[in-house]
Amino acid sequence: MLLRFSTKFFLIFFFLFFGSSIAFSAEKFDDQKDFDVNEMIMHHIKDSHEFHIMDINGHGVSFPLPVILWTENGLVSFLSSEFDHDDSGAVVVNRKGQSFVKYHEKILYASDEKNGNYVSYDEEGNILNKKPLDLSITKLVFSMFISMILLVIIFVATAKTYSGSVKGEPTGLSKFTEPLIIFIKDEVAVPMIGETNYNRYMPFLLTLFFFIWINNLMGLIPFFPFSANLSGNIAFTFVLAAITFIITTLVANKDYWKHIFWMPGIPVPMKLFLAPIEFLGIFIKPISLMIRLFANISAGHIIVLSLISLIFIFKSIWLAPASLFFSVFISLIEVLVVAIQAYIFTMLSALYIGSAIEEHEH
Amino acid sequence: MDLVTPDIGLIFWTTVSFGILYFVLAKFAWKPILGAVNEREKSIKDALSAAEKAKDEMENLKSDNEKILNEAKLQRELLLKEAREIKSKIIFDAENEATEKANKLIESAKTAIENEKTAAMKELKNTVVDLSLNIAEKLLSKELENKDKQLENIQEILDKTKLN
Repeated sequence: MLLRFSTKFFLIFFFLFFGSSIAFSAEKFDDQKDFDVNEMIMHHIKDSHEFHIMDINGHGVSFPLPVILWTENGLVSFLSSEFDHDDSGAVVVNRKGQSFVKYHEKILYASDEKNGNYVSYDEEGNILNKKPLDLSITKLVFSMFISMILLVIIFVATAKTYSGSVKGEPTGLSKFTEPLIIFIKDEVAVPMIGETNYNRYMPFLLTLFFFIWINNLMGLIPFFPFSANLSGNIAFTFVLAAITFIITTLVANKDYWKHIFWMPGIPVPMKLFLAPIEFLGIFIKPISLMIRLFANISAGHIIVLSLISLIFIFKSIWLAPASLFFSVFISLIEVLVVAIQAYIFTMLSALYIGSAIEEHEH
Repeated sequence: MDLVTPDIGLIFWTTVSFGILYFVLAKFAWKPILGAVNEREKSIKDALSAAEKAKDEMENLKSDNEKILNEAKLQRELLLKEAREIKSKIIFDAENEATEKANKLIESAKTAIENEKTAAMKELKNTVVDLSLNIAEKLLSKELENKDKQLENIQEILDKTKLN
């Protein structure tokens, strides 16, 4: 069912995409400028201050998102539409006696004088403009909010179905969601953390799993308000990995630290040799979590977009069937991959927590 | 490089979002769901162990019944044995008693007969003695009168005298 849905979504996406990109590419050909696949993909992979929906006759239609800045004069907020789709630092927005420009999706204080745009560089091409603290509701944050709303709706509704059942048997929605919850409980929490302690970490593991998974899936749906590459963003994976790291470090018992700094049961020179390695391991574990999710999800987006871009690279509509076939094929694989990645992240988090609270018997 | 540089804004929002999501879901979703699931698992486990217990009890009851039955059988056999013993004893005793009684009767009868016999013999002896004496007396008195008459008398006496 899920697969069929995603296929439908992709078909819809392709129509939208073609409709927009024909005009888009025609414009590009006129300029005798090649379609920059790299830029298009990177633009999609990265965050944005507006949610691009589609192009109509070369004009982008975007959903404006609020820009929230903590500046030298306090909090400033306005809609990103005030930049008028400009991303080159040419359009200035004035607020509280300060002026801002958007340059490559970064909000900068505008330079005093215009030199093509309001961005100034040093000799090596580095930007000299100062940056306010940018707490905007960007495309990814917006997408994250949607995922939160979906999760809350789905699981509060699931929780409600139990009050209707006589003996706590799953009814309605919980017939679908309960097996997933049981899976996290029986295949992740209990084996990794242990029968006695797992209950304490269940809410964290469940939230983690479903948060990652739903965002992965939403990233696969190729149109507004989905398609954001949230779980393929390093900041997102960084936060989740950091939370796992903090929990692991906080709950760790004496045995855990002993095994890191003074590994029992081996000669002293080996102990001295292992201590720095084990110590680094504390940080490498969450870093590997962070990079794995980031790289896998980003790679998935890049592959699908690259395959579609083949049409524009070869400038031939005849390549479309092959391109379509492969991107649908990869998308189907991605449906599997995103579930596996969410599972792996959750399982490894549980494993790290489990190893931190494990009671060793020597 | 831009791709792998975490953005402060997104870090902030992800932290806030995850925190809120965690607390909302923990309170309104995971707690009731896990509660229901655990309760159900517990009730299933309880039901299974109750069934197991009932089975054990049945087993016990069955073995108890068997034991009682066996005991009853043993008792019955014992009773029957005793009854048989009593019966044979009664018969044996009765036989003995009867024999004894009969013997006693025979004995007493024998004694009585013996006594009667002795008494009879004694009387007979006395009678014979009396008779002899009478005869002798008569003979002697007749002898003294006449011979014929004496003989006649003797004959007469003899005829009269019935020997018992």
